[in-house]
Amino acid sequence: MDTDIKLYNEIKKSGINLLLSVPCAMLKGLIKVINKKGKIQHIPATREEEAVGIAVGAYMGGKVPLILMQNSGLGNSINAIKSLAQLYEIPLIFMMSHRGAEGEKIVAQMPMGSITTDLLQCADIKNYTVKSHSDIPKIKDAVEYAKTHKSSVSILLKRTLWEEN
Amino acid sequence: MKRYEILEEISKTFTDQLVICNIGIPSKELYDIKDREKNFYMLGSMGMVSSIAFGLAISQPEKQIWSIDGDGSTLMNLGTLCTIGSNLPPNLTIITIDNGAYGSTGNQSTHTERNTDLAQIARGAGFKDVRVVRKKEEIVSTLENLDSQCTFILIKGEPGNKQLPVIPLSPVEIKNRFVDSME
Repeated sequence: MDTDIKLYNEIKKSGINLLLSVPCAMLKGLIKVINKKGKIQHIPATREEEAVGIAVGAYMGGKVPLILMQNSGLGNSINAIKSLAQLYEIPLIFMMSHRGAEGEKIVAQMPMGSITTDLLQCADIKNYTVKSHSDIPKIKDAVEYAKTHKSSVSILLKRTLWEEN
Repeated sequence: MKRYEILEEISKTFTDQLVICNIGIPSKELYDIKDREKNFYMLGSMGMVSSIAFGLAISQPEKQIWSIDGDGSTLMNLGTLCTIGSNLPPNLTIITIDNGAYGSTGNQSTHTERNTDLAQIARGAGFKDVRVVRKKEEIVSTLENLDSQCTFILIKGEPGNKQLPVIPLSPVEIKNRFVDSME
């Protein structure tokens, strides 16, 4: 089965019922599947920090939101992660493409790509790296962890994930 | 009129609305005027107040959600007006108090003091119902006569803060009582 469909199915199975997205070329197939299926409410945001704000409101309203974005968006949203979500003990679930890592062709992606996992650790966001189809069940584990511990998690999607198709 | 007077007028119209209130002195002033469990005081993350309100509005479509935003904080996250304007949840009202100043940091001027018009920006972002209020006596009547559609209300005021202590509630207390008030 196609990587994007596997990712979509796992997101749905994990109980996510709101997707907030800022696009990335690595995520274009997944976003297409999300829009085609139309089963999970999907709202595109203008910036990752905005998506954090929307996710916080939606969580308080009873939703289980997931923020789909590129890792560069972590830099755009760090203050809202710390002084909104973590301050109020509201869990965020990020699913982010890891640009600026293995196989990256665009030099401008490298500076953020090289600090992404350190930045996650520094910001106290538990990371789940998904690099092959066999890692996809980690998505459900990450969502469960976020719900149980009321703390933020990241699901970092590596380029190799799409090389299994 | 200063923000405190504007908030006094706004609070007269509170019934069961869930109110997300802006960072800093606006939250301290609202706490002083009319604290209630249905007020969420946003203590950090300047710019996020209307994004939070939007997220809540799409999750609780049966409830009325009000965002009390400011000019400086709206300017910090203008994109969210476009997200809201493209979705227009009918239960969401954005009330932006525009005093042309960064009130909590020393009343430095914002761009609305010069050429920027937030009401025009809201129209351009997709809001169909945009109202501008300049007189104190029009605040209550405007808020009591909302149509059932997503509305952007710009209340023009002047800079000025009331000296007030820090809100004596922890962030988690603010969140828990707010969430419990929805049940």
